[in-house]
Amino acid sequence: MSKNNKNIPRRAGKGTGGHGGGRGFEKPKNARMVFSRLFGYIIKNKLLLLLVAVLVIFSSGSAVFGTYMLKPIINIISDAVKSGSVEGVISQIVPKLIFMGIIFAVGVVSQYIYARLMLNLSQSTLNTIRRDLFEHLQDLPVSFFDSRTHGEVMSRFSNDVDTLREAITQGLPQMITSAVSIVGIFVMMLVISPPLTLLVVVLIIIVTNLMKFIGKRSASYFRKQQEAVGKVNGYVEELIEGQKVVKVFCRERQTKEGFDALNEEYRKAATNAHTYASILMPIMNNISYVNYAVTSIVGAVMIVNGGIFGIGVSLSLGSLVSFLQYTRQFFQPLTMVSQQFNNLLAALAGAERIFEIIDLPPEEDDGYVTLVNAAKDSDGNLKESEAYTGMWAWKHPHSKDGSVTYTELRGEIVFDDVTFSYDGETEVLKNITLKAESGQKIAFVGSTGAGKTTITNLLNRFYDVPDGKIRYDGINIKKIKKDDLRRSLAMVLQDTHLFTGSIKDNIAYGKLDATDDEIIAAAKLANAHSFIEKLPQGYDTLLSSDGTNISQGQRQLLSIARAAVANPPVLVLDEATSSIDTRTERLIEKGMDKLMENRTVFVIAHRLSTVRNSDKIIVLEHGEIIEQGNHEHLLALRGKYYSLYTGQFVLD
Amino acid sequence: MMRKLFPFARKYSFYAILSPVFIVCEVMMEVRIPFVMAKIVDYGIMRRDISLIYDKGLEMLVMAFISLTCGALAARFAAVAGIGFGSEVRKGVFNRILDFSFANIDRFSTPSLITRLTTDINMVQNTFMMMLRMFVRSPLMLVSAVIYAVRINVRLASVFFAAIPLMAVVIAIFGNIAFPRFKKMFEKYDKFNASIQENLIAIRVVKSFVRSRYEKEKFRVSNDDLKKASVNAEKLMTIASPFMMLMMYSCIVAVLWFGSKLILRHGMQVGELSSFISYITQILMSLMMLSVVFVMSVISKASVSRLCEVLDEVPDISDADADASLEVADGSVEFRNVSFRYGDGKNILENISLSIKPGETIGIIGGTGSSKSSLVQLIPRLYDATEGEVLVGGHPVKKYTIENLRKSVSMVLQKNLLFTGTVEENLRWGNENATLNEIRRVSDIAQADGFVSGFSQGYATDLGQGGVNVSGGQKQRLCIARALLKKPKILILDDSTSAVDTSTDSKIREGLKKYRPGTTTIIIAQRIHSVESADRIVVLDNGRIDAVGTHAELLESNEIYKEVYISQLEGSDVE
Repeated sequence: MSKNNKNIPRRAGKGTGGHGGGRGFEKPKNARMVFSRLFGYIIKNKLLLLLVAVLVIFSSGSAVFGTYMLKPIINIISDAVKSGSVEGVISQIVPKLIFMGIIFAVGVVSQYIYARLMLNLSQSTLNTIRRDLFEHLQDLPVSFFDSRTHGEVMSRFSNDVDTLREAITQGLPQMITSAVSIVGIFVMMLVISPPLTLLVVVLIIIVTNLMKFIGKRSASYFRKQQEAVGKVNGYVEELIEGQKVVKVFCRERQTKEGFDALNEEYRKAATNAHTYASILMPIMNNISYVNYAVTSIVGAVMIVNGGIFGIGVSLSLGSLVSFLQYTRQFFQPLTMVSQQFNNLLAALAGAERIFEIIDLPPEEDDGYVTLVNAAKDSDGNLKESEAYTGMWAWKHPHSKDGSVTYTELRGEIVFDDVTFSYDGETEVLKNITLKAESGQKIAFVGSTGAGKTTITNLLNRFYDVPDGKIRYDGINIKKIKKDDLRRSLAMVLQDTHLFTGSIKDNIAYGKLDATDDEIIAAAKLANAHSFIEKLPQGYDTLLSSDGTNISQGQRQLLSIARAAVANPPVLVLDEATSSIDTRTERLIEKGMDKLMENRTVFVIAHRLSTVRNSDKIIVLEHGEIIEQGNHEHLLALRGKYYSLYTGQFVLD
Repeated sequence: MMRKLFPFARKYSFYAILSPVFIVCEVMMEVRIPFVMAKIVDYGIMRRDISLIYDKGLEMLVMAFISLTCGALAARFAAVAGIGFGSEVRKGVFNRILDFSFANIDRFSTPSLITRLTTDINMVQNTFMMMLRMFVRSPLMLVSAVIYAVRINVRLASVFFAAIPLMAVVIAIFGNIAFPRFKKMFEKYDKFNASIQENLIAIRVVKSFVRSRYEKEKFRVSNDDLKKASVNAEKLMTIASPFMMLMMYSCIVAVLWFGSKLILRHGMQVGELSSFISYITQILMSLMMLSVVFVMSVISKASVSRLCEVLDEVPDISDADADASLEVADGSVEFRNVSFRYGDGKNILENISLSIKPGETIGIIGGTGSSKSSLVQLIPRLYDATEGEVLVGGHPVKKYTIENLRKSVSMVLQKNLLFTGTVEENLRWGNENATLNEIRRVSDIAQADGFVSGFSQGYATDLGQGGVNVSGGQKQRLCIARALLKKPKILILDDSTSAVDTSTDSKIREGLKKYRPGTTTIIIAQRIHSVESADRIVVLDNGRIDAVGTHAELLESNEIYKEVYISQLEGSDVE
């Protein structure tokens, strides 16, 4: 839809950093709200979540407490060594070791259970979010899809749900365990030795400032990297897409130069970004060693002198050993938190984008007139019928007196002074008035952008015009339920849009419960039967998504068959035969004629031979009807149609 | 497999070597620290030797700072080398793709080439960086920690000799079970994404056939499938971490148990025991890291092999037989018994012989699949003829360098594209040094000057990516102008005016007639109208020339031509 392209926000490139530590550093606009909403998805089973929380505390608590058990054990041993009395020491240690083992075992078991629970929980959460997103997408109006690229919508499913997956399965439990560990270890450190803990606090202050500094630098480099990667990927996509043009114009050298410049820009930005990202680990790791060294010195002096700096504080060897273990353990969760924090933010930003779509208002439908099978009773009155009768009626309930009237579906369509604009500024259609009698074939011609496709968009209610401007069998189409309205119209579009699956499935898309005979009849009507039969798997041939196994023309024949099997009273052909050469078109003309028999048909074509035998041809230019009439009439006018048709200009 | 890509690391090999060197230094320090700690406990604390505590403490502190510096430098160098390697690979693959002929491109398909250049290279780059840091670090850490442990006490170290093989075996088994499950999950993911994409693209069809409920049900099935596959793969991972903890805790308890016995009965030192516990963490952590590296390199194997496929592909059109001094003298074209097929398919052009004089205008008509495009693509050597010979300017096309040949042959492709940039920048693809007047002139001929001048920015208007800011017909006219700017001796229009209305189409053809009289023009069209005024018209049918002649002659004698003509122009002279 080229007319809408101007409204589509252009992006540097669909590509993202992908697997690299590329994402991160984007922030959600309203973190708290997104978080609580996301939590709403996770929390569906409160008891389960509570269990997970308890288990997480168990597992990280056991690691903290288990290490604390080092203290009494080491103390018993070192006392024994000092005093030289080895007797009975082992029997003193055994129960402590067993206790330690039990604590650790509880930790391991609870870790496994909560990981398993979290896996189910997170996968179910993602499953639900994906489903909600997809189902809501199906309910959004066409204008949503027209104003966005597929890549943009796709990246909600791929990138955003992906980051969310990582954050929920790994980030969240890690954040919780880390937080519990940090608090637990800190408390234990305090219990063992407040002075040594003070030392740790000083180091933590240094470390957090360092982290803040690195984080800030890193964030700005990551932003630069994201920009650069977007540019490189955008360039790659565009130039590889247009590579055949590059070859024809011998532009390989310039293309390589352009690429090299962007690639080098990306290299510089990415090198810096990755330096800061990967420098964090060794720094944190080694600062914990600095802490280890300082603690050993101070601790050792405290043990030997019974105090330090003249302050009398005693410390046992066991306390020092377990404290030293804690200093090593302490920095791990700290690093983890700093790494996960950005991922969590990115995930929240992704979740926010997903919720934004889920929150968009769905396609409005306040129609109440429905389409029903109908039959005439002996008096000639229309009556609703349960079974398929081949006759259809609009069931029109009246709210005033509660009565119901039935109007036979005949396919008469009236446009009454329709003016329409997509963006509220440029009028794409101006004062269009036309009437299609039941069973008539109406053709629209005119150059690209004249507003032909917009007419079908309005007919289908992909876009809405004010009340009463378009009437279907005398009923304001806004009163007709959209699903029923669309069921009464079948569209064949220029872009065939077939689905992955067999040929049979694709034709049956027009009528899900179609029998094989109906499918074959429809294929014959569209002149598709003969080529389908020639395929090795016949009707069971699988169409791949890019459709390399059959030609574009053949795909169009299938989409005509799909419309045929739906057997609708009104047919819209939007450039339906543009990929079929004129000879083949003549071959299917018979089928098309049969398909169009007794139906109201709207045809859009820029190939005029297609529209010649229409009952009415409407020539559009810049959204206005400039000529209308049948072929002979229009030729005789010697106006725009004449010049389009003969390819010559009217000489004045 | 990764080895094949190593030559790309050459440019940054200095950093690629430096990084592991510093890592060695870092690991050496890290492993020594607990050992020194043992000395503090055993000789400083137990024997109340304060000066030894200060000495050893200072040694530890210095080591920690050296380790910090080395670690930070190693990280920096790994980033330089890893990212540098990534961009060299990207450049190599991109350049190779640019050298591809049309036939090479067809073999890969455009989207697959793009994924290779983006996702796959990213994967490889990250794996390389990871390997630089972990491939040295983890084994070295493992080995030296074990050595220190042995040095402290061989008997106690035997705990590791039981734990390490056990862990290695379990990791290997895990890998074996997990890999196929993850592969299956990724496949499900691809399918899942493909089906969403399909739905989005076809949303108009979904809506007009009122099939959203059907689509939702279809989605639920694949969504649940994906969930099942993910749980199936990742549940293995939920065992991995607790298992690792189990091993670590078991080792700690075992070391404490055996250790205290050794202290009490065999005179081992308390400090040695406590440093032993530090080694447990170091050893098991490095084993864990090693398994992560292993998993990553397995996962990236697929990406590496996809990149190698591109790098190994030999461009099948080259200047091998060319004479660099040979230039195209005139616009004559001759096909001598030419047959052509794509890949191993069946011949789609069969024994074509045709001679075109300089300055002639040739129309080509034929149904879908009659190989019109394939025929003309042989002239600028977009493909090479399978049999027979194509001559341009009196010499076989292979005798010219590709650049010289394509300089003289301008072709407007059926599926044509514009690029990000202004109108002017796009047109200059034809000739970088063209004056603005020349640009205007060719745009005028192609009926583009009118609408371009109508833009508020004129020729400086930004076209947007892929030329999204102009309509299909406008795009086609700009593509013709771009081709004309090359001042070609031979101009080929492959159905290039299909979105242009008939009257504009006529104007373009009239303009072309007046433009440079010596230019040979070949027009492929669906519409008889577009070729009817050509000097000669070639009717192609199923890859063979059915007839050649003027409009009048063909109308007289050729059945196909007559049929096409009637199908299109029936009733045009009703008056």
